[in-house]
Amino acid sequence: MAEDILRIEGLKVEATIHPPGERPRDVVLVHEATLALAPGRVLGLIGESGAGKSTIGLAALGYGRGGVRLTAGRVVLGGTEIRAADAGVLRDLRGRRVTYVAQSAAAAFNPAKRLMEQVIEATLRHGLSTRPEAEARAVGLFRSLGLPDPEHFGRRFPHQVSGGQLQRAMTAMALCPRPDLVVFDEPTTALDVTTQIDVLAAIKRAIRETGVAALYITHDLAVVAQVADDILVLRHGRMVETGPTGTIITAPTEDYTRALVSVRAIAHPEAPPAEPILTVEGVSARYPGAAADVLSDVTVALAPGQTLAVVGESGSGKSTLARVITGLLPPASGAIRFAGRTLPARLAERTREDLREIQMIYQMADVAMNPRQTVRTIIGRPLEFYFGMKGAARDARVQELLDAIELGQGYADRYPAELSGGQKQRVSIARALAARPKVIICDEVTSALDPLVADGILKLLLDLQAREGVGYLFITHDIATVRAIADAIAVMHRGRVVRQGRKGQVLAPPFDDYTDLLLSSVPEMRTGWLEEVIAHRRMESAGH
Amino acid sequence: MHPLIRLVARRIALGILLLLAASVLIFAGTEVLPGDVASAILGQGATEKTLANLREALGLDRPAVVRYFEWLGGVLQGDLGTSLTNRRDIATTLAGRMSNTLFLAFWAAVIAVPLAILLGLVAVRYQGRWPDKLISGTTLASISVPEFLLGYIAAFFLAVQFKLLPSVATMHGGMDLGDKLMAIALPVLVLVLTVLGHMMRMTRAAILNVMQSAYIETAELKGLSPFAVIARHALPNAIAPVVNVVMINLAYLVVGVVVVEVVFVYPGMGQYLVDHVAKRDVPVVQACGLIFAAVYIGLNLLADLISIIANPRLRHPK
Repeated sequence: MAEDILRIEGLKVEATIHPPGERPRDVVLVHEATLALAPGRVLGLIGESGAGKSTIGLAALGYGRGGVRLTAGRVVLGGTEIRAADAGVLRDLRGRRVTYVAQSAAAAFNPAKRLMEQVIEATLRHGLSTRPEAEARAVGLFRSLGLPDPEHFGRRFPHQVSGGQLQRAMTAMALCPRPDLVVFDEPTTALDVTTQIDVLAAIKRAIRETGVAALYITHDLAVVAQVADDILVLRHGRMVETGPTGTIITAPTEDYTRALVSVRAIAHPEAPPAEPILTVEGVSARYPGAAADVLSDVTVALAPGQTLAVVGESGSGKSTLARVITGLLPPASGAIRFAGRTLPARLAERTREDLREIQMIYQMADVAMNPRQTVRTIIGRPLEFYFGMKGAARDARVQELLDAIELGQGYADRYPAELSGGQKQRVSIARALAARPKVIICDEVTSALDPLVADGILKLLLDLQAREGVGYLFITHDIATVRAIADAIAVMHRGRVVRQGRKGQVLAPPFDDYTDLLLSSVPEMRTGWLEEVIAHRRMESAGH
Repeated sequence: MHPLIRLVARRIALGILLLLAASVLIFAGTEVLPGDVASAILGQGATEKTLANLREALGLDRPAVVRYFEWLGGVLQGDLGTSLTNRRDIATTLAGRMSNTLFLAFWAAVIAVPLAILLGLVAVRYQGRWPDKLISGTTLASISVPEFLLGYIAAFFLAVQFKLLPSVATMHGGMDLGDKLMAIALPVLVLVLTVLGHMMRMTRAAILNVMQSAYIETAELKGLSPFAVIARHALPNAIAPVVNVVMINLAYLVVGVVVVEVVFVYPGMGQYLVDHVAKRDVPVVQACGLIFAAVYIGLNLLADLISIIANPRLRHPK
C-alpha cells in the first residue's frame, strides 16, 4: 500500500470567541480528529454546520479562518508535519501539493482578474511550468470539465460566466498545478439542483482522470454518496462514524448517522381537493424598468388548510409571486382573489384585515427580526397591531404561541442573537401565527437550515396546520421538502407555471421535459445514482 | 455603442455643466460683494459723477446677465480680462503663476502618491504590528500639525540650523531644473507630509476592507506571499476609493497651497489670488476662482473615469 497523502491524528482545533459583553474565551471546534487518505481516494466529510468539517478541510492546508488554531495532534501532508511547519513551508505546500475549492466560486474568484490568470496563478507562482504549458493544461481542464468554448473561456472575467461554470473553473484552478490533494468544500451547495448534477459529474470525472486524492466536504449525504469512496460523519466537532460509503448509507451503526440517512422521510398524505381560499388569476408582472416579464400569466390556487408548494430554481419567479400576492409588487395584469373577493393590487390600498389574513415567513430568520427586540416584543407586536392586546393578556398569548412552537418558558426575554437558527425560524412562525392568518407564505423557510433542524420545522408546520387550519403557500427549490409537506404543487420555470395539480399527479409520469429534468436531478441516497442518470441522459439525447 | 463610452461621455458632459454652474456662482458671488470695480478703482476720491462716468466707460451700467456672457465668451477664447490694479493681461500673468504652482504640485505628487500607496500596502501587510503603528502614527501626526508650523519647523532645521536647503523658494527664468528643484525642496517636503497621511490612511482602509473578501482567502491558499496577495489581489479591487482620495489631494496641491506659498515666498497661484483679493481686483479673483473650480472638477472627473474604467463589470459587460 502506498504512503498516505494525508494523515490526521488526534487533531484538536480551537478558536477564541468574543461574545458581546463577556470575556473572550476559547472554544474547541474539533476534538481528536483522526483520518487517513491514500493517493487517489476520495473521503467525504459530512455533518451539519458547526460539525467542524470545513475546519478539518482547511487544517489540511495548514489554514485557520479568523483566530482558528490547530492546538494538538498531527497533520501530515505528503511527509510534512503541518503543525510544526513555518509560514514559508506552508506557502510552498499550498497551491502546489494541496489546493482548495470553495463553496461560493462567485465570491472566491477575484472580480478584477481574468479567469485564466487566476486558474494558472498557483502553477506559475510555484514555478511548476511555463506560462504556455500552464495555459494549455488549463484549456485541457476546461474541456474535460465540459466548459463552453474551452480555448477562449479563460479570457472572460468571473462576472461574465454562470455560477455552475464558475464552480467548474474553480475545480480547474485547483487541479491545474497537479496537486496530490484537493479539498472540496461544499462545491455544489450553492447551485440549483439541475446545475448541481452536471457540476458533480464533471468534478467526479476530473478526480478520476487526474487520480488526485480528495476531501469532499458537504452536509448532503446523498451528494457525497455519489463521489466518495469512504465517509466520515462529524457532529459538534467530534467523529461519529467512519467507513466505506456503501456501508455508511445502507448499514449505519450510529443513531445520528441513521437520522441523517432517513432525513426527509416525513410522510404527509395529500388532502382531498377543496374550494380555494386564495387564487392567483392570470398574473403577469415585471419590475420597474425591466425589459421582460418576471411572471407571465401565472394561475395557481390554494385550498384552506392545505399546502400549495411552488417549486422552481433561482430566477423562476417564485419569490416574485410572493411579492405580488402580498401587494409589494402590483401585477401588470391579472388579479389576486382571497376568500371570494379581489384584493387591491397595492399594499397601501389593502385594509389592516387584508394584511392580517396573509402573513409571511422568510428564508433568513435572523435578518427578518429586529436584533434589538426580545422575542416577547417580536411576537407581541402583531398582537398589539391587529388585536390591540396589551399587558397580561398579550403576555399570556405570547406564552401560548411559544408553547405552540415548542419553545418553553424563558425564551420570551431572549434576543434573536441568543437563539439557534432553527429557534429563530420557530419565532418567525410564531410571529406569523400571532396574526391568526388564513394563509402563510413560506419563502424557502428551511433552505438555510441543517437537514435535521429543517425536518423539525417542517413537522412543526404540518402540526400547526392540522391544529389551526392555516393554508401554506410554500415556496421552495427542494423537491424532498415538496414531497414531505405538499397537497398541491405548481412547478415554475422562467416565470411560467409549467405543471400543476395535486401532489400525486404532479410527481407521477408522464412528465413534461422540465419537471422530468428537475425530478431526475435530485440526488438519491445510494451509490451509482449519478452514473445512472448521466448514462440515461446521454442515451436520451442520442435517441433524439 | 459600448456602454462604457456612453457612461464616460455622460460624466464629461456633467463635468462641463458643473463648471458652467461654478462660473455662474463665481460671477454672482463677486457681483453681490459690496462696492464694485469702479468704486474700488476710484477709492476715497470718488464722487457720484466720476463713479457714473467710470461705470459707463467700463460697461458696468449694463445688466449683470449681459456682462456674465461677455465674460464667459472672453474666457472661452482665452481672454481672462485685464487686471484693474496693474492693467496687465490676466491670462499672461496667470500662465506664469500657474506653471509655478503646477511645478510644485507635480513634484509633491510624484513623491507623495506612490509613497502613500506603498506605505498603505506595508501597513496592511503588518497590520496591528509595529510597522503599521509607526506608519499610522507618524502620518496622523503630520496631518494634525498645521502646515505653516511644519513649514517653519522644516525651515528652522534644514535651512537655518544645518543650512542644507534654501529657506526661500525664489524662482526666476535663468534657473535650470536642478536649481529649481533645490529651491522648491522645502515646500515640496511640507506638502508631501501634509497630503501623505490622507492618501495612506485611505489606501490602508480600502485594502483592509477588500482583505475580508473570499477571494483573498483563495489567493492565500494558492501559497502566494502576503505581499503578493495584497498587491496583486487586494489593491486592484481597492482602486476606486484610493483614486478618489488621491485626486482630492492633488486638487489640494494646486488649489490649497497658499499657506505654504506664503511661508516660503513662492510665486504661485495662491499668493497671486490672496494679493488681489486684498486689492479688490475683481477680474483677477474671478479668473483664479474659475481656474481653481476647473482644477477641482477636472480632477474629480478624472477620478470618476478611472474608477469606472477600473471596474471590470463596466469595462467588460456580459
